[in-house]
Amino acid sequence: MLVFLLERVLQCLLVLLAVALIAFLLFQYVGDPVLFILGQDATEEQVGALRESLGLDQPALVQFGYFLLNAIQGEFGLSLRQGIAVSTLIAERLPATLELAIVAAVIALVVGIPMGVYAAIRRGSALAQVFMAISLLGVSLPTFLIGIFLILLFSVALGVLPSFGRGEVTSLWGFTTGLFGWGGIKHLILPSITLAVFQLTLIMRLVRTEMLEVLRMDYIRFARARGLRQRSIYFGHALKNTLVPVITITGLQLGGLIAFAIITETVFQWPGMGLLFIQAVNFADIPVMAAYLCLISVIFVVINLIVDLLYFTVDPRLRVQLS
Amino acid sequence: MRILTFIVGLIAALSFAATPATAKTFRWSFASDIPSMDIHSQNNALANMVHGAIYESLVVYNSRTFAPEPLLATGWTEVNPRQVRFTLRQGVRFSDGSAFSADDVVFSINRAMAKTSNYHIYAQGIDRVVKVNNLTVDIFLSVPNPVLIRQLTELRMMSKTWAEKNNSVEPKDLKTKDEPFSHRNAMGTGPYILKSWQPDQRMVLVRNPNWWGAGKFPSNVEEVIFLPIRSDATRMAALLSGEIDFVLDPTPQDLPRVRGNSALQLIEGPENRTIFLGMDQFRDELPGSNVKGKNPLKDVNVRKALYQAIDIENIHKVVMRGQAQVTGALVAPQVEGWTEGVHRRHAYDPKEASRLLAAAGYPNGFEVDFACPNNRYVNDEQICQAITAMWAKVGVRAKLRTLPLVTYFPMIQRHEASIYMLGWGVPTFDGLYSLQSLVRTKTTGADGNYNVGRYSNAKMDQIVDRIKTETDSLIRRRLMAEALQLQNDTVAHIPLHNQFIPWAAKKSIETVHRADNRIDWRLTVVR
Repeated sequence: MLVFLLERVLQCLLVLLAVALIAFLLFQYVGDPVLFILGQDATEEQVGALRESLGLDQPALVQFGYFLLNAIQGEFGLSLRQGIAVSTLIAERLPATLELAIVAAVIALVVGIPMGVYAAIRRGSALAQVFMAISLLGVSLPTFLIGIFLILLFSVALGVLPSFGRGEVTSLWGFTTGLFGWGGIKHLILPSITLAVFQLTLIMRLVRTEMLEVLRMDYIRFARARGLRQRSIYFGHALKNTLVPVITITGLQLGGLIAFAIITETVFQWPGMGLLFIQAVNFADIPVMAAYLCLISVIFVVINLIVDLLYFTVDPRLRVQLS
Repeated sequence: MRILTFIVGLIAALSFAATPATAKTFRWSFASDIPSMDIHSQNNALANMVHGAIYESLVVYNSRTFAPEPLLATGWTEVNPRQVRFTLRQGVRFSDGSAFSADDVVFSINRAMAKTSNYHIYAQGIDRVVKVNNLTVDIFLSVPNPVLIRQLTELRMMSKTWAEKNNSVEPKDLKTKDEPFSHRNAMGTGPYILKSWQPDQRMVLVRNPNWWGAGKFPSNVEEVIFLPIRSDATRMAALLSGEIDFVLDPTPQDLPRVRGNSALQLIEGPENRTIFLGMDQFRDELPGSNVKGKNPLKDVNVRKALYQAIDIENIHKVVMRGQAQVTGALVAPQVEGWTEGVHRRHAYDPKEASRLLAAAGYPNGFEVDFACPNNRYVNDEQICQAITAMWAKVGVRAKLRTLPLVTYFPMIQRHEASIYMLGWGVPTFDGLYSLQSLVRTKTTGADGNYNVGRYSNAKMDQIVDRIKTETDSLIRRRLMAEALQLQNDTVAHIPLHNQFIPWAAKKSIETVHRADNRIDWRLTVVR
């Protein structure tokens, strides 16, 4: 068990190192932040002096070395745009992204599972067909289009929901959330739906397929033969067995939700890490970009690790193999 | 007694709380937030505009004429060409109630010259600042500087006491973690006070009760809320839904929608920014060209052919939809030095262009690299595509590549483009700013710092150097017109147009469109 864990942690570190290195090599092509800091009329000497003092004149690998040295000490340097420690910036933005991702995941589960179950049980019914059509749209429409469409409908045409921003937030032990007031929830509705649509349709289609599979099993037939009530067959027996792969996928997709929140956050001016990253790209703010990419890969790696460990507890065969 | 005080306090609080309901609020948006509140940290046009609501400078541009006019200084006289004496406005107080004095001026200008400041460009030529008495300051110059007054419009005044008390004596150092108080906080003499700021979310400014200009200007806005929205579509949607009142940067494709909406209006005017093409006139052979062993762009006939092959009226009509002012000059009409004469273009004449090319030895044209930004100027990419097609008609095969601005500008500054597009705004509203950067041979300082094609002409250098120190405004103006004419005669660059910058707003907003794309807070009214 311990060996397994250590092995995994080592692999994670290698992945992180690779991500950071690739990121740094790419950053050589994103442009020059110095021009933004000094303005268009700066002289060449001023540009040169600032570049030198920020260490931007060093070769990419040397900069990468410094970055690693700092990263080991938990330091990600200073944002070139705001001059604030990158760790502080990310800590400020992380709650907004997490809040959005978690709410979206909840919506996807709470709406997606029943829709999937319905589509499986009432296969062929008109409503089930509608669900399937919607799910096809949800999988194929790009996120920004859904976001803009929701804004046009609910903000511009109906005028009931705000089109951008996060509204009022309350702070709980340094973690900000808008879930405790209508002002915050109102702002959360459109972005979380936008972010949830893809996962929702994915879950719905997954549940439907699994459910159809399970309903063909012998034990369901026997349950029917025993005269059990439909509800207890569908929800007590069938659904339970459907959910195992759903939970795995949902777990893995949570990382995706956090990472792909970039687009939703940009459309809705949601002040999370994705928006921070997009702004960093526009400004060629290398330390912020590097830290963001590393953080996202950490999140992915950790979620994968947890899923692996869950398998370990869920599937007894793995344990037997190791011992 | 206690209870009485409490009740009085309560009534006062309630009546105070009641005022914002009737107060006018101005909510505006732009694609990005400002990087810092510090007035000497990052030289960014948007930041300079926002800072101007809280901090004031000694001199300010008139929003209509762009002539410098008094703000915190009521007057200035030249004691000698290297010493200018400023008289400060009486009775000015900072928003914390303390009086504004000569000490603050000396402190602020020195702060702009500090090592960690990125505003050295506006303090150029200033040797030292000396307090004469509480309301008089002398600025000593290392050389006579005819644009000193214009530079001072971007140097804002901070309270010395406040800065010292709040660990903000020096501007934010971008290399250290230390964050001066002034990085996220502000306190000045201007019309507004910074109430709150969450970067990328919301900035709230409220009226400064101690403002000296109260009642002297038309503005009735009690509260200014800045809501940056990065996505163009969302920003426009927020205006359509009424969540914001004003968008500083609507995209060209949104303009028809704004025009067609009865609740909205476009506030339009030319921007003080000239879009032009530059050409590599330095290399002996152009990379990517089929002409070997020589550089066709060094030949004035070729440059003129490229110029005359461009059907600018067509670009104006089709690409810009009339939203630009066609020009033959390298500067906009608001800029000192511009004349009707230099505004005149070489005529569009493809036959003449072909003749010139043949005379230069390229009867079949040539291949050439052509680079353009795709997210910097209004319709930049489309303009370049149109020009590529026009040149093709006279045989010049331009290989167009378009890049986003973060990579485009460093690339052209490494002189890697043979033909490039550039837009040049003039914050000083003085022709020297353009001439020095664009057509002066590259040496040190601002000389030729954006002369990316490395045009070099001894006569031009001589005129530009004279303009730098000539303090007689009539002679200066004549010299600038002469330099601009020389640029046209030698086709150093191919001017295209001065772009229009529209603002989108609710009909209830009244303000003055400024050629430098800034809101004048004192003239903005909400009906």
